[in-house]
Amino acid sequence: MHDRTPHPAAAHSAAIAARRDDAAHPALSVAQLRKTYATLTAVDGISFEVRRGEVVGLLGPNGAGKTTTINMILGVLSPSAGDIRIAGIDLAQQRSRALAQANFAAVYAALPGNLTVAQNLRFFALIYGIPHLAARIEALLQLFDLYALRNTKCGVLSSGEQTRVALAKAVLNRPQLLLLDEPTASLDPSAAQTIRERIRRLAADDDCGILWTSHNMYEVEAVCDRVLFLSRGRILLEGDPRRLPAEHGAETLEALFIRLAREPLSAEERTR
Amino acid sequence: MKLRPIAGILLRQFYLIRGSPVRALPMFAWVAIDIVVWGFITRYLNTMSAGRFNYIPSLLGAVLLWDFFTRIMQGVSTAFLEDVWSRNFLNLFATPLTTPEYITGLVITSIGTSAIGLAVMLVLATAVFGLSFFSLGVMLLPFLLVLFCFGIALGILASALVLRLGPASEWLVWPLPALISPFVGVFYPLATLPHWMQFIARGLPPAYVFQGMRSILAGHPLPAAALLPGAALALLDVALAGYFFVRVFRYALRTGLLARYSAESVS
Repeated sequence: MHDRTPHPAAAHSAAIAARRDDAAHPALSVAQLRKTYATLTAVDGISFEVRRGEVVGLLGPNGAGKTTTINMILGVLSPSAGDIRIAGIDLAQQRSRALAQANFAAVYAALPGNLTVAQNLRFFALIYGIPHLAARIEALLQLFDLYALRNTKCGVLSSGEQTRVALAKAVLNRPQLLLLDEPTASLDPSAAQTIRERIRRLAADDDCGILWTSHNMYEVEAVCDRVLFLSRGRILLEGDPRRLPAEHGAETLEALFIRLAREPLSAEERTR
Repeated sequence: MKLRPIAGILLRQFYLIRGSPVRALPMFAWVAIDIVVWGFITRYLNTMSAGRFNYIPSLLGAVLLWDFFTRIMQGVSTAFLEDVWSRNFLNLFATPLTTPEYITGLVITSIGTSAIGLAVMLVLATAVFGLSFFSLGVMLLPFLLVLFCFGIALGILASALVLRLGPASEWLVWPLPALISPFVGVFYPLATLPHWMQFIARGLPPAYVFQGMRSILAGHPLPAAALLPGAALALLDVALAGYFFVRVFRYALRTGLLARYSAESVS
């Protein structure tokens, strides 16, 4: 039977071209997003954008609302109010279409441990409807140094190896929006640096917007073009992670983080 | 609905079963044991009745149909529980996969696994105990279809309950078939039951199936008119179970249950 699907390389180029045609839309647009549970407000009317090719750091202390925000963007938590658009597609109205443009990796969402690396990638490739999945999986196994582990069950991999598998799954569908929740948390410094470089390259080459959460301020400075500082469900600060400390009288980003985490209200008042 | 995501769900279940004898064995081991045990019981009862009544079709046939129904139900719920056990909800539902695609994948998985169980039961019951089920031919199909639909409905309902109440509630859903079995008259006519139980039985599709089977075995023609309410009820139950699952799924999205689903997430 004649295969009408384009060659993988041609399909990739066409996808990139289509994205550039569609560049009027940011990778992610969040407007007045709010999540409340009874009396608790976890996210309090935040608005922000992630542009294509941009890496945005989502920072904040534990309980600030980062994971709640990410879960809402991933469509696994309904917002109480507000609007989420992934590549211009309204998540509430066209959930499946919008989520086809996104993907994620998180330390708390390991892939099924009872499937091998290759089986997991094939399973998710089908879920995302990826064409030429064998070639795509082969390329990702090479890219993330997983080829030797392809027939190993994910449950017996080291945490660093599991992170690489999760990242391979996260870029399977060449997402326009990639959400990474502490993606290098369990990697050694060398592996973490390699992964950071690959992700930066991915943002540039594939015109992909990345929302990155991390508690490693060195990493945030190295990777992120812009950071959003979240506390008690609100965005307190936004800016270039390399310039923000000086702008707010702190020596380092970590010192600024600690100050904002301890005195969020005074910091908020300062930005008004 | 798209076919590829459904194929993804099926492929995952195939990998799990292929890679694990612990998962493959129950597909035919328990039904085989049931047929063997009930086969010898019926053989013994036949000896005691000295040929006045053949227990094989009425008892062994009933066991076969009941096991088919429970396998269908468990096929759906076990496929769902695989995602619970591997804590895969976040990975799974943060994708373009839709709820109907997911449920369709679970149902097709169940068709595959229960078909294996049915084949084993038929071969054993026919070859070892002389159950001439195939002599019923196409008359058997409507009964199997009604049981199939109700098994699917109960499997979806069980999955929704686990999603709503948390992983520990799986112990509530396994006995569901046993809970309804006294009402549906698997081994005895419905007239044996007290009135209040007969009233409940009228709302359960398997009751029409087992009543109809006994009618055929007694030499009557296919009781199509009597089976029709059972078929209608089974279809209604599938629709209601699907609706219930979607409602629970939306609840899980709203409350954050789906995002933080874990062993202790009962809310």
